[in-house]
Amino acid sequence: MEFLKVNNLCRSFGGLKAVNDVSFTLKENTIKAIIGPNGAGKTTLFNLISGFTPLNQGEVFFNDNPIHGLQPYQIAANGISRTFQNLKLFPGMTVLENVMIGRHTHSKSEFLSGMLNLPWTWAEEKKIKKDSLEIMDYLGIADHAGTDATSLAYGQQRIVELARAMACEPKLLLLDEPAAGLNMRETADMAKLITRIRDRGITVLLVEHDMSLVMNISDEILVLCYGEKIADDAPLAVQQNDEVIRVYLGEDDA
Amino acid sequence: MNIELFSQYLVAGLTYGIIYSIVAIGFNIIYNTTGIINFAQGEFVMIGGMTAVTLYNFMPMPLAIAAAVIITMIIGALIEIVFIRWLVSPSVLRMIIITIGISIITREIALHVWDEKVRALPYFTGTAVTSISIGGVHISPQVIWVVGICTLVVLVLNFFFSYTLLGKQMRACSSNRNAARLCGISAKNMVTLSFVLSAGIGALAGCIVSPITYVQYDSGTGLAIKGFTVAVLGGLGNSMAAVAAGIILGVLESFSIWIMPTAFKDAISISILLLILFVRPGGIFGNKEALSLKEF
Amino acid sequence: MKKTRHLQILILIVTVISIQLLTQATDTSYYLTQLTMSAYYSLVIIGLSLVMGYAGQISIGHAGFFAIGGYMSALLTTHNLLPYKDSTFVLILSKAGLLVSRQDLYGTDLLTVHPWVSCILAIVITIVIAYVIGGPVLKLKGHYLAMATLGFGIIIFRIVLGSSIFGEADGLSDVPAFALLPGIEVSGKMPVRVLNYYIAWTMVVTGMVLLSNLVNSRIGRALRSIHGSEDAANAMGVNISKYKLHTFVLSAVFAAVAGVMLTHYNGGIGPSEASVMKSVRYVAIVAIGGMANLWGALIMGVLLNFLSLRGYFGSMDDAIFGGILIIIMLFAPNGLLRLEILGRLKKAKPKTGTEQA
Repeated sequence: MEFLKVNNLCRSFGGLKAVNDVSFTLKENTIKAIIGPNGAGKTTLFNLISGFTPLNQGEVFFNDNPIHGLQPYQIAANGISRTFQNLKLFPGMTVLENVMIGRHTHSKSEFLSGMLNLPWTWAEEKKIKKDSLEIMDYLGIADHAGTDATSLAYGQQRIVELARAMACEPKLLLLDEPAAGLNMRETADMAKLITRIRDRGITVLLVEHDMSLVMNISDEILVLCYGEKIADDAPLAVQQNDEVIRVYLGEDDA
Repeated sequence: MNIELFSQYLVAGLTYGIIYSIVAIGFNIIYNTTGIINFAQGEFVMIGGMTAVTLYNFMPMPLAIAAAVIITMIIGALIEIVFIRWLVSPSVLRMIIITIGISIITREIALHVWDEKVRALPYFTGTAVTSISIGGVHISPQVIWVVGICTLVVLVLNFFFSYTLLGKQMRACSSNRNAARLCGISAKNMVTLSFVLSAGIGALAGCIVSPITYVQYDSGTGLAIKGFTVAVLGGLGNSMAAVAAGIILGVLESFSIWIMPTAFKDAISISILLLILFVRPGGIFGNKEALSLKEF
Repeated sequence: MKKTRHLQILILIVTVISIQLLTQATDTSYYLTQLTMSAYYSLVIIGLSLVMGYAGQISIGHAGFFAIGGYMSALLTTHNLLPYKDSTFVLILSKAGLLVSRQDLYGTDLLTVHPWVSCILAIVITIVIAYVIGGPVLKLKGHYLAMATLGFGIIIFRIVLGSSIFGEADGLSDVPAFALLPGIEVSGKMPVRVLNYYIAWTMVVTGMVLLSNLVNSRIGRALRSIHGSEDAANAMGVNISKYKLHTFVLSAVFAAVAGVMLTHYNGGIGPSEASVMKSVRYVAIVAIGGMANLWGALIMGVLLNFLSLRGYFGSMDDAIFGGILIIIMLFAPNGLLRLEILGRLKKAKPKTGTEQA
């Protein structure tokens, strides 16, 4: 059984093949990074897996269950949660409330029970709050519980987003450029955070530009170029892969 | 169904359809430069018609119409400057509510300036009963006026947007506002201009149809809905397709009277609107890909 | 949180009772008629506030749902079934106790549907229509959504205006009183004026309790998240289209209930209740109240409807609502009762012009 198995994903926009016949697998409890030059199709690949962009062709299996063609909220309910490249926190809601949304799939109060304020929903709300605070505590943002989420510093907003995604208790966490806009110190903190998340038993798939972060924490690296997979290997092997050096590192003058 | 009656309905449908197209083009001009649907578009038509009728008491008709168009253009500019120009990237919801508010206020002011009475300009040539026979079909000369002037408007607009500097600047703003600004085009002035242009076209339409359809302080809303239907049918922003879509809607509506009571005529065109929105929000001539690139 | 909620409801109840006592003491109980009507209109408005403020969707067609409720119950409780009394269908209905016999104003015998049955039917029909319309409509965004809901409202308006069964321009009248329980009847008759004031306000209080519970629940949080960022809500497992649709239907039910009750109270309903201007007025009041602010919507709903019903706006009625709408949207898009303007002045200094749509 494969944890995550992606078969021959294709997606084009007009004439541009953003993702072309990409296949890969992801082992449970590992960190895999997707890298590639700008416009390589990394985010598109992410959106295909998480259901935000409908795919033209291909299959995605999560624990042997097909999840391609599902809506994002269904994929989330399956245990895959994600963050966004350009933060998408809920404005006008506190940090705590933002994280509480993450508990949505693990609670079940609906319109009728909510309107009637049935006693069992009180217990549920309490539990949602407790669980959320626990995760916030784990990520070190519990102090900001009552602050309007979008008024926090950028680096902390990233962590709130991470907390929100973690609150879903995902088996697989998709991180879209978790270090974008962070300074070196924050990036290092983020790297530690990601490994800690993995140590909690959560598998991580991330898209990232920051090479130091990627090389340090990833167990495997998938390299995309113009929508095609050109390498999929351990960090050291990828670093020595001729084609990768040519199209990616070479270009970057590294 | 006899041929005679059939062609009468066809001509009536065509006439209304062309009017709808003109209103739709008014929508499109503003939409293209601002991304706003101006819910007060129908009011321009009403103001144009009402003003022309009033001015006709003092001056010859061509002059009255010209003056009415210019007055409406000024009103259009004022509306833009007072209500829209200074808003910093307002949300769509806010813009919708503001233009609805403008439409209500305009209508109420019209009610107080004029009254509830139905008005009309006289037929441009001949009278209500004059008719020209073309191939056995009797057509009122006013229909020829409507078709002729509207065709002219469409051609002039087309020329304006394709060949004049100002027209090109407006188009530049619609395709990429920031780039246009970098080229030294004042995006804000272009928006004002688009309101002026669209008010003028609406007013002209209001003048030339008033002998056939009459105008009243509240006739704007109905026209706005029809115009929007046509604009959507043709694909928002696409003025040439709007003409075709307008004729289709006009004719469909005209023939709907055969099977449905007249009271439901409006309900039919709105049902068509809903149907299009549900099935093909990009319009019958538009494509989905292009639609997804547009912001709402 | 919970405590303030209870306090708010308590204040509402106390206010309702004090106003009634005040009118009694000052012998101005004629105000109660308009206050009762305003209460029913407020039901529509708080429902719409849920759709606009919490789910972030505009509906310029809610007068349509009000009219569906009102017209359905008016039709069923006034349409004489006596000519068909021998048909099996009518026989079954009357055996089941769903029909009542009464006399109209001129003493003619009538056989009509029982108000309770018509009320339930009206609500069921509203739910069905709201689901059918809401499904595809709520997939639309921005201008398209606004126009589609506006279109829906106009279709309902045209149908009631153009159908002889709905009385065309005259509407339906001679709608009987609605006995909720024996002795408690919804009607505009003088002797039951105080009773009806309390019936109406009991419904508003109930509505406020239900909705303020809802917005403070898991669903309310999910709705606000949809309003904040649809993508992020989706990624968190929130079924956006389902929640939008349910909210829409819920608010349609509020509107329909208001329609049913007010029609019995007024003894009739006319096409103006379905007009675009009514829908716009509801939107205006929600906007003034501050979109995501049930209490703001309620206060403004009662206040403005009361003033309008008492005729304070005269012939400027529509103009005033249009004007308020523009001014609020230009200067205080988050509503009057939020004092957002003050807040923004404070914020404006450190943050420079980054307002994004």
